[in-house]
Amino acid sequence: MHIVVQACILGVLTGGVYALMASGLTLVFGVMRVINVAQGALVILSAYLSYVLFKDVHVDPFLSVLIVAPFMFALGVAVQLIFIRSLRSEQAEELSLLITWALALGIEGSLGAIFQTTYRATNPGYANSAWTIFGYQVSVVRAYAFALSVGILVLLYLLLARTRFGRAVRATVQNPSSARLLGVDADRVRALAFGVGVATASAAGAVYGVLYPFNPGSHYDLISRLLSIVVLGGLGSVGGAVAAALVLGVVEALVAVEISPVWSSFSYFVVLIAILIVRPQGLFGVRERVL
Amino acid sequence: MSRITPIGLLRAAVVLGAAIAYPLVITPDWLVNIGVFTLMYAGLATAWNLFSGYTGYISLGQAAFFGIGAYALAITFNHISIGNGYRPFYVLPLIGLAVGLASLPVAWVALRTRAMTFAIVTLMLLFIVQQLAFNLRSVTHGSQGVAVPQPSFSSNFDRPYYFAMLGILALGLLVTWYVRGSKLGLQLLAVREDEEKARGLGVRVTRAKLIAWGLHVGLTAMIGGVWGYYLFFIYPESAVDPLVMIGAVLMTFLGGRGTLWGPMIGALVLVPAQQWALTDFGATRLYLIAYALVFVVILLALPRGIVPSLRRA
Repeated sequence: MHIVVQACILGVLTGGVYALMASGLTLVFGVMRVINVAQGALVILSAYLSYVLFKDVHVDPFLSVLIVAPFMFALGVAVQLIFIRSLRSEQAEELSLLITWALALGIEGSLGAIFQTTYRATNPGYANSAWTIFGYQVSVVRAYAFALSVGILVLLYLLLARTRFGRAVRATVQNPSSARLLGVDADRVRALAFGVGVATASAAGAVYGVLYPFNPGSHYDLISRLLSIVVLGGLGSVGGAVAAALVLGVVEALVAVEISPVWSSFSYFVVLIAILIVRPQGLFGVRERVL
Repeated sequence: MSRITPIGLLRAAVVLGAAIAYPLVITPDWLVNIGVFTLMYAGLATAWNLFSGYTGYISLGQAAFFGIGAYALAITFNHISIGNGYRPFYVLPLIGLAVGLASLPVAWVALRTRAMTFAIVTLMLLFIVQQLAFNLRSVTHGSQGVAVPQPSFSSNFDRPYYFAMLGILALGLLVTWYVRGSKLGLQLLAVREDEEKARGLGVRVTRAKLIAWGLHVGLTAMIGGVWGYYLFFIYPESAVDPLVMIGAVLMTFLGGRGTLWGPMIGALVLVPAQQWALTDFGATRLYLIAYALVFVVILLALPRGIVPSLRRA
């Protein structure tokens, strides 16, 4: 029993970080029907930025979020304006899948050229310390990472629920053409939403480097998890993504202790396939229409 | 019905003749080697186009079936002898058939989703198969990989592989040509234009999609088998490589989706450049950057592809 509770704690803490990465991905899909396959690569890019800031300037990885996130926001806006907006064909949504894939390859290649393929990790002094609460070990870094993720998710919620920009975003998600008729500047909303989506993910990326060793190729592993999460939660549903991330985090941790760590990441796929057989639109999703 | 027109027949004869003549006239091994890879990508692109080009459903799982084909051949011939070296080629159709049929239940689940979700679910298939290749150690030897017995073709070692790849490509083109002119082809195009309407008009859309899926998977698995046999040694990252698949997708876009010759033309343009870049930049990661740039340029400048653009001009 002890080991199961311990695994659940670990799963929730890990799930929180993935929730943050996946919420950006699903938000972008909701606004512009674009799956950003480069989300994983952008997370890894932020992990490297934070790693460099820590190693060369001695900025704490958690504080580096304040520097990395704005930078990644600007990068996200630029990607939307330069690449995704320029897709003209009637199949722009499907093409965006490929162009963000190209972006991921570009990022992987650039990081590889600069940092080679050796695994790196950001190691602040507290990286290996843990608290003991009621006999359960809680790693300090994971607790901080979870708190940071929850904090940013709350900010994201407030941004979407309470601000003018958030209303414009929700209107665009619900009905793009009506939103445009009512004076929502679609290009602006899309660019900002893409920036926000990338920035939230990269905030998680800054701490990802403390939690796991990473190299330029790590983004494939990340994106496979993130895509499972957003499909499970229902594409476009931020709340669904958060719920799915927590569920999968716990399942993964339980499989690791009960069956074998080798199969833990596989549990993502099993849960996903099982849900798709019962509910193709995911837990909180709406059935996609064919255009 | 697919009609055989004189001009079409002539076109096919010229292309096939040139392809057969190439390794007989041009003998340096490295050039035949590039030829093998060009035909491999042309075959993969043609197979991808058969499903995704005609149905409009973007599948990102092709590398999974490429890998399964490679592993199937490698594991089979670790148990039985390769004979004079040509036996694996004769077994290929069986592998294609088996993998194609086995993929149908998976496709049935994946095809319950639409558009973007389908693309993601098929991409998941790729990760699933790669993970299985790592984890099912008793069958695949995990990350150590599987060695395939080497044949002893005397001179011109690459030629048999070249002709095997050519045969599969020709089969792929033939199937595409036949499907395009058949009732199935019309059904697939109806799915691409408006699936709900097609269903409403009584088209058995799921059946049509599954047939196209099975055909594309079978062709892909056969190509994977030849590839594994050609390289002697396969491991999870090389056999289930997203880059190989995305290359084939890129070539299809360059040549023109939903056309007969487009995917092959895309491969003829890109593969020699790719193989050159691989030998020159392979060690440094500049190769990936070059790949990404070509990709972006093609998607932004030529979203329709060469063949449709020519046809309109």
